Amino acid sequence: MNIVECRDVRKIYRQGKVEVYALRGVDLSIEEGGFLALAGPSGSGKTTLLNIIGGLDYADAGSISVNGNQIDRMNQTELANLRLHNIGFVFQAYNLIPVLSALENVEFVMLLQGVSPTERRSRATAILDDVGLDGLYHRRPAELSGGQQQRVAVARAIVSNPSIVLADEPTANLDSKSGEGLLEMMREMNEKKGVTFIFSTHDKMVMDFARRLVQIRDGLVAEDQVKE
Amino acid sequence: MYLQLAWRNIWRNPRRTIVIMTAVVIGVWAMIFLGALMRGVSAQMVKNGIATLTGHIQIHQRGFRNDPVIENSMHEPEMVEALLAEYLPSDARWSPRVRVDAIANNARHSGGLTLVGIDPEREAGVSFIGQAVVKGEYLDAGDEYGIIVGQALVDKFETKLGRKLVFMSQDTERDIASRAFRIRGVFRAEMEATEKQYAFITKGAAQKMLKLGAGISEISILLADYEDAESVADNLKEVIPPDSYEVETWRELLPLVTAVLKMYDWFIYIWYLVIFIAMGFGIVNTILMAVFERIREFGLFRALGMKPLWIVKEVLTESFFLLTLGMIIGSGLGLLSIHALADTGIDLSALSEGLEFVGMSRVIYPVIIIRDIVVANLVVLVLGIAVSAYPAIKAARFTPVEAMART
Repeated sequence: MNIVECRDVRKIYRQGKVEVYALRGVDLSIEEGGFLALAGPSGSGKTTLLNIIGGLDYADAGSISVNGNQIDRMNQTELANLRLHNIGFVFQAYNLIPVLSALENVEFVMLLQGVSPTERRSRATAILDDVGLDGLYHRRPAELSGGQQQRVAVARAIVSNPSIVLADEPTANLDSKSGEGLLEMMREMNEKKGVTFIFSTHDKMVMDFARRLVQIRDGLVAEDQVKE
Repeated sequence: MYLQLAWRNIWRNPRRTIVIMTAVVIGVWAMIFLGALMRGVSAQMVKNGIATLTGHIQIHQRGFRNDPVIENSMHEPEMVEALLAEYLPSDARWSPRVRVDAIANNARHSGGLTLVGIDPEREAGVSFIGQAVVKGEYLDAGDEYGIIVGQALVDKFETKLGRKLVFMSQDTERDIASRAFRIRGVFRAEMEATEKQYAFITKGAAQKMLKLGAGISEISILLADYEDAESVADNLKEVIPPDSYEVETWRELLPLVTAVLKMYDWFIYIWYLVIFIAMGFGIVNTILMAVFERIREFGLFRALGMKPLWIVKEVLTESFFLLTLGMIIGSGLGLLSIHALADTGIDLSALSEGLEFVGMSRVIYPVIIIRDIVVANLVVLVLGIAVSAYPAIKAARFTPVEAMART
């Protein structure tokens, strides 16, 4: 079963009178439980595609279905709900909330979901233990290394059991050892919990880890390779 | 955690938080403290007006207030006095007076003033004069030739205790009435104008000089609480024949003071608004800066699924904390400043001649009215939250991609 269906997705950015074609008609299906990397050079449109799949941005044309929801027809509030309950995000720059501790950062999404404080706490500590951050619950982002911050970001992305995790260049700011550890951890989550992971990346290591590699060039799917 | 997040956010940039909080503190302090001074001025004006000779309620022969000549006196005050004894609250005090415009003369000077004939014992419980004699002595009931005058009048007439002053006025037969009085006492009043304006003799002496018989000009009533004046006056109007007598409260007797009081009420609220407008720009600016600094973070909130309304709520909660802290400290400082001046007041002697025109005292004592403190804080809180809505809505309007693209 496909968890993401993109049909003829187009996106144009307008800068004054100049039109930049970011996506020129992308067709892509992503199966549930997939571990997929969108690769391509800078400006190829991979981050734009990831943002559109995640409901962070609208496509100008085409249809996008995520987890059975036709998101191109949703308004901002509906998209916010979809993101809250179905999609987890991991960003290149970690994007943790600086005034909250690791534990509170992980709890934050559950707070928005209305999960009770006791359950929030127990689920957040469990997931932080899973990503190897036991004992660092009460450290704020500034007190953690880049790798540890990105692990908190992953924990935040998966703590509410989303169907999909979208990771935009998750290893870009990490050294190779931290990056590999993070990818191993995400692959384990994918295998254990069945969460679909979609990466956008230039990183060879991420491409090697992915079970499916989709090359995007000039706003189109140039190559779609499923590994054995 | 929601409140924790807002609380921690306001301390992310402590210097900026302290600057805006200082603005709120100064604003609230100024509202409360200067508001209390204005209330003090108005309270003093009422007190001076009432204590000078007005009292809380006065009763006159109908027509006397329009034309205060001796012919318009109350000729049979006994009936009114009997009604007062029956219908006034037990803690009320009253005093009959004869009051007439007169000319005072001595060898060197002459000048117009108001000659007041009093019942010394009753008057001491009603107006300021009982406690105001600073030189010589207060009048005895049977003193036919004694007079008490103000220090300013003594200075003006270059006279002194024990000397004579001659007074001329018109009696009930429209003849010139003239009589010499010896200065038994000298009084000081809150306002210099009072010292020049009034001279006190006994009621009997005045009645004799003016051929008034048992007649009097007015009865002045002092109640335990000036707020009761309206209700007590209404009760008296029901029993005292309205075709012969007029019963009026201090608000009607002191129209200038009443008008100034009303003006002060509005002025205080306009003052609050003016202060807030100055403070409001600071609040908007600070919150706006805080919002723009954290645009990426609001983008993240949106990406994680936070609805725009929650972002508005988050920013407003931060404003609420800032304003509340400022209000608590500002109100505390305001109350402390008022407490510090409660005994000494602020001495405005240098301006006293000008101030006396509107009945203001030389020393202003601040007066706390709980309603003013509540209104001042409400103005800051409600308008502060209202002006913070602009940056809050702005924060909520960024799309996640737009916000997270900001560096």
